Amino acid sequence: MALVGIPVPAALKRKRRREALRTFAFLSPWLIGFSVFFAYPLISTVYFSFMKYDGFSAPTFNGLQNWSYVFNDYPSFWQGLRNTLWLVVVMVTLRVAFGLGIGLLITKVKTGAGIFRTLFYLPYLAPPVAATIAFAFLLNPGTGPVNAFLGDLGLPTPGWFNDPDWSKPALTMLAMWGIGDLMVIFMAALLDVPREQYEAAELDGAGPWQKFRFVTMPNISPIVLFAVVTGVIQTMQYYTQAIVAGKVASGVIGGSGQQFEPGYPNGSTWTLPQMVYNLGFQRFDTGSACVIALILFVISMAFTSLLLRRKSGLLASED
Amino acid sequence: MTATISLPLTRKDAAVRVARRRAALHWVAVHSLAIAAALFFVLPFVFVFLTAVMSDRQAITSDLWPRSWQWSNFIEVWHTEGFLSWWRNTLLYAGLGTVLTVLSSLPVAYALAKFRFRGRNLALMAVISMMMLPPQVIIIPMYLFWAKQLHLTGTLWPLIIPMAFGDAFSIFLLRQFLLTVPKEYIEAARIDGCGEFRTLLKVVVPMAKPAIAAVALFQFFYCWNDYFGPQIYASENQGAWTLSYGLASFKASHHTNWNLTMAATLLVMAPVIVLFFFAQKAFIEGVTLTGVKG
Repeated sequence: MALVGIPVPAALKRKRRREALRTFAFLSPWLIGFSVFFAYPLISTVYFSFMKYDGFSAPTFNGLQNWSYVFNDYPSFWQGLRNTLWLVVVMVTLRVAFGLGIGLLITKVKTGAGIFRTLFYLPYLAPPVAATIAFAFLLNPGTGPVNAFLGDLGLPTPGWFNDPDWSKPALTMLAMWGIGDLMVIFMAALLDVPREQYEAAELDGAGPWQKFRFVTMPNISPIVLFAVVTGVIQTMQYYTQAIVAGKVASGVIGGSGQQFEPGYPNGSTWTLPQMVYNLGFQRFDTGSACVIALILFVISMAFTSLLLRRKSGLLASED
Repeated sequence: MTATISLPLTRKDAAVRVARRRAALHWVAVHSLAIAAALFFVLPFVFVFLTAVMSDRQAITSDLWPRSWQWSNFIEVWHTEGFLSWWRNTLLYAGLGTVLTVLSSLPVAYALAKFRFRGRNLALMAVISMMMLPPQVIIIPMYLFWAKQLHLTGTLWPLIIPMAFGDAFSIFLLRQFLLTVPKEYIEAARIDGCGEFRTLLKVVVPMAKPAIAAVALFQFFYCWNDYFGPQIYASENQGAWTLSYGLASFKASHHTNWNLTMAATLLVMAPVIVLFFFAQKAFIEGVTLTGVKG
């Protein structure tokens, strides 16, 4: 049945063209979206990173000056990068560990599992601004219930969002409160682990830890990787909670225009995304803002490629 | 004789008893741990609520229990200048955004899941890259585009209009679900002479209802919770503020009033939580779909 050399029949050709047109039609909303809201701004970001531009007068080429400004002269760049890395390491690790722990716990709960699951999940839905304001109140060093409780127990009462040493741990606690999404993902993965493997391990005399180590972990490791990588990317964009916590704790909340000490207290909650906002929208240094944006892009895409490499997972198709 | 029979029996009894006791202990341990965890997740809501009904004076003390239940705090917040327009704007952003996202993402997800064409994997990789892109990466050129070319800053349109052109996360989630729809249904529809678009509408959409519900909910919550977008595009015009953005500035005018701030916080959280209780299943399924099934 070799068709080599035989010209493709006109009917088949028409069918193929119709199929291509159909595919194009179905993809068209996204093709426009991709070009206008992804490719075009990304190229512009690269372009502006080499330009001197205040957003008003015409941009002029200034080579690597923005890059050199960001790395050498922008006073808070390295502090912000250190903060972001701190958050990435601590927040992601603790969130994944805690999410896995809560996921394990919920699969073991026999009575009221539905209620517990709902209670564990709810905080994830709380709008970040609302959740952050609530935590700023709970952790308020003077009047918050948490320090009142710690004080009653005779424990030290940290300054939380008002103390540069405690502000990032406080943000981490807030992040762990909203663990619901990870819990559900881990729960589903844990329930998918084949029962027989546990039974076989039990016959071999494995204890609970050994079962976790040699049966559970290998089965759920792709999901752990997924959680770590998406966690890193999310933390790279960490913005709302850091900014709102600083504003509420410093007592300088304002809408537009009103300035507050960025990264309050003492730059300890200052992160990369805030630099984009600060440079681009407050200092009108579009070029340098684009440099930070590109740094964010490169790091995020490096991690995204880790997810894409797991072809079997995300890119799987039915044929 | 009796001894030889009763001995193994009692031994078995003892073994059963030990196993039972161990199971009971396990039950107690697991449930105590679950209750402790539940306290961590629930207590913040409880304290926020208790403070929301306190008087101004009591709210700045570290009292936990309200001396008088001042329900009028909620009414006072409700009547705060701007609060109603923040609601209106948020509903507009979230409502329109959700509808547009579903309508524009579904055909794309269907094509990526069910059509075979060259460059399909490349397109999928592009979708995943977009999904993972921090919004701050492209915000500067996007802002300039909306501000200088279209003069739409100060409104919510720069946030809503892009949703008519597919949302990467929604496309990805729908595609993950559509992969699980058996090919046979679609082929049967094609053989019956259904056009692709009608197949999608009449065959695929009814089967994909849970996934569509999940995407709609996620998008609604995303818009409801969004702070960055409204800060960039709408902050210059108070008339276009949303709840999340407005709430962050609420405390400015109520500097020491933690009770009113907490009441406002609850009013912003409430719709999200009520919606969740109505659509729990769709939500949980949606989360699972993003991470696990592939």
